[in-house]
Formats: sequence, C-alpha cells, structure tokens
Amino acid sequence: MIYVTQGILSFIAATAFGVIFNAPKKSLFYCGMVGMIGWIVYMNVNQLYQDQVAASFAGAFTVAFISHIMSKKFKMPMIIFSVSGIIPLVPGGSAYNAMRNIVEKDYVTAVEFGTQALLISGSIAMGLVFAEIITQLWVKAIVKLKTKP
Amino acid sequence: MAADYELVVESCLLAGRLMMESGAETYRTEDTMDRMAVSQELTQSQSFVTPTGIIFSGNKSLPTRLVRINARTTDLGKIALVNNISRKLAFGDITIEEAYNELKQVENNHETFPFWIKVAAAAIASGAFLLLFGGRIMEVPTAFIAGGVGYAIADRLEVRTRVKFFAEFLAAMLVTIIATLSVAYGFGMEIDKIIIGSVMPLVPGLLITNAVRDLMAGHFVSGLSKGAEASLTAFAIGAGVALILSL
Repeated sequence: MIYVTQGILSFIAATAFGVIFNAPKKSLFYCGMVGMIGWIVYMNVNQLYQDQVAASFAGAFTVAFISHIMSKKFKMPMIIFSVSGIIPLVPGGSAYNAMRNIVEKDYVTAVEFGTQALLISGSIAMGLVFAEIITQLWVKAIVKLKTKP
Repeated sequence: MAADYELVVESCLLAGRLMMESGAETYRTEDTMDRMAVSQELTQSQSFVTPTGIIFSGNKSLPTRLVRINARTTDLGKIALVNNISRKLAFGDITIEEAYNELKQVENNHETFPFWIKVAAAAIASGAFLLLFGGRIMEVPTAFIAGGVGYAIADRLEVRTRVKFFAEFLAAMLVTIIATLSVAYGFGMEIDKIIIGSVMPLVPGLLITNAVRDLMAGHFVSGLSKGAEASLTAFAIGAGVALILSL
C-alpha cells in the first residue's frame, strides 16, 4: 500500500516540477515516471540500510540511467528527464535542519546536518556521472559489435 | 560548397546562448556548438562556454566572437527545441539559413506554460512533497497555499527586481510566516515538514547537480560559478526561513 501512495505522490511531484521547468508537453508523463522510479528506489534502499547517502546514490543512478534510455528513445537531451527526477532526492531536509540549528545556536548539530547535506549532494552527482559513464560504455560496446561482425 | 561562415558562427553563438539561458549543462552546449560548426565545414572551431558568456572561434581567418549571457532560468522546452534544430542541421535535413531562422523563432516566440499553471504546479508539488516527507493530510492545504504563494512571489519579484536572491529570500520568509500562522491556529502540527515541503519549488536543485556535473567534466569555471549561484540561492532561502523562525 505504501508503495502505491508514495509512487502516486512522487509521480505527481515530478510531473509538477516538469511543468515548472517548462518541459515539452509530450515528455511530462515520462518525467513523472522517472521521478517515481527514482523515489521508490531511494525509499527502498533507505529502509534497507538506514543510510540516506547510499539511498541518494542509488536513486540518482536509477534516475540518470532511465533518463539516458528515454533520451535515446525520444531524441531529446537527457537533462529534460533527469531534472524533475532528481528534485525529490535533493537534501532539502538536511539543509533546512542545518539552517534551523544555526539559528538556535546549536552549531555542533548544525555542522552534522550540513555535512550530511553536502555528502548527499555529492552522492547524487556521483550517481549521475556513474550512470552516464556506464551508458557511454554500453553504447560504445553496441557500436563495436555492430561494426565488427 | 562554400557556406556562409559568418552566418554559421552567428547561428552557433545563438544556439549556445539560448541553451545556456535555459539552464543546459556546459559540456552539452559546447558539444552542440561544435557539432553545428563541424557540419558546416568549420572543423577547427573552438568554443569556451561559461554561465556568463560564450567565446567562439570559427577558424583562423574568421574573427573570434563573444556573447554575454545575462539571464539564466530553467526552460527545458527551449533546450529540446535547440537540440532538435542542431540535430537536423548535423544530419543535413535543413540548411544553415533555415536553422538560423528557426533559432530566431525559438528566441522570439517560444511558448511557455502560463504563469497560473506554473503556480498551481508549484502548489501541487509542495503538497505532494509534504506527504512524501511524512507530513499529515491535514497539513496539505497549508503547504499547498504556502508553496503556491512562495513560488508566485519569487517568480514575479525576480522579473521585477532582477535580483534573484532577494526574491528567494522574501519568498522563503513568506512561506515561513504562512507555516507559522497555520501551526499557531491549529491547521498543522509540524512546522518543519510544512516549511521543507513548501520551499521545494524554490530549491536550486538543477543548479546544484549541474554544478557538480560540470566540475566532474572538467569545466571548472562553469562548475564553480554555478556552484556559487546555487549556494547563494540556498543561503537566501535558509536566511529567509531562519529570520522568521528566530523572531
């Protein structure tokens, strides 16, 4: 049950972000799908390992990988599909908690949350790059197979 | 066929500027410009793209050109259109004159979603994020209103004042005021989750990921400047929220 509600909610959120970022109309549905799959992967890994950094990496990797497949299929830049999928993974909560603790003069806790936010954004970027490299190698391998029978 | 090289350079610069203004990655912009140039027999072109300006050189005899990029927003539709034009040009489906005219068309009359639809989308996204982050159903109306108002204010003020950080700061303040009031009058329980959900449409998510992406691709100038822009925006949001919470 939780998968259905979370899936629907993340689909709505990602599609809404597609509208805000003015994505092409025919790509909106797929933006939502990418966001939904990314969020479900993130949620699962987070529940399994209780580690937001690893979960963000897994989510970002999935988002970027599917976005690459979509971009090949629809002949559009990959960024169109990945942006709205990445947004739910952005460490808004950690950054907010860091800021809030700074205001409350609890600097030790603030640094803890700030470091977490930094690590999460780093892992999102790593996930994106890893997926890109893997798809590039994959495409190269396919081209090689086709040219060398 | 000796193409009109000046038009080629002009088209490349226009395409690059449109892409950077719409928030494309730096490496993709350089790639697109180089592909367009190569398809028109300018095989030794060099492009240097930063978020604030583009330097492009066609070949030894042509003058090197520079364009300034003043405004940067996120407009994925524009990126897709420019990409499509450069793809058609590279495959030889259209000539350079047609490509230039199409690019001009994209620059002058490109349709975006109406403002109220974007505000509605921001409001819906805020409500959905509140629930994703573990908020209660009863808090959804607050997040809906706060997210919509915050996005509308940030967008309008940015158009008016041209200072993005001020707009985001005021919008974050307003979001926090709405959240605080709703908790005070019993429409919500956890102020943290309402605020996090409602500022999501303002968070510079695209900038952060693009910045790190550019750094890893070796575009240090773009990566650092985009990173600075993203941190300033995030700081403005955080300061706006913090100011109200500390009162």
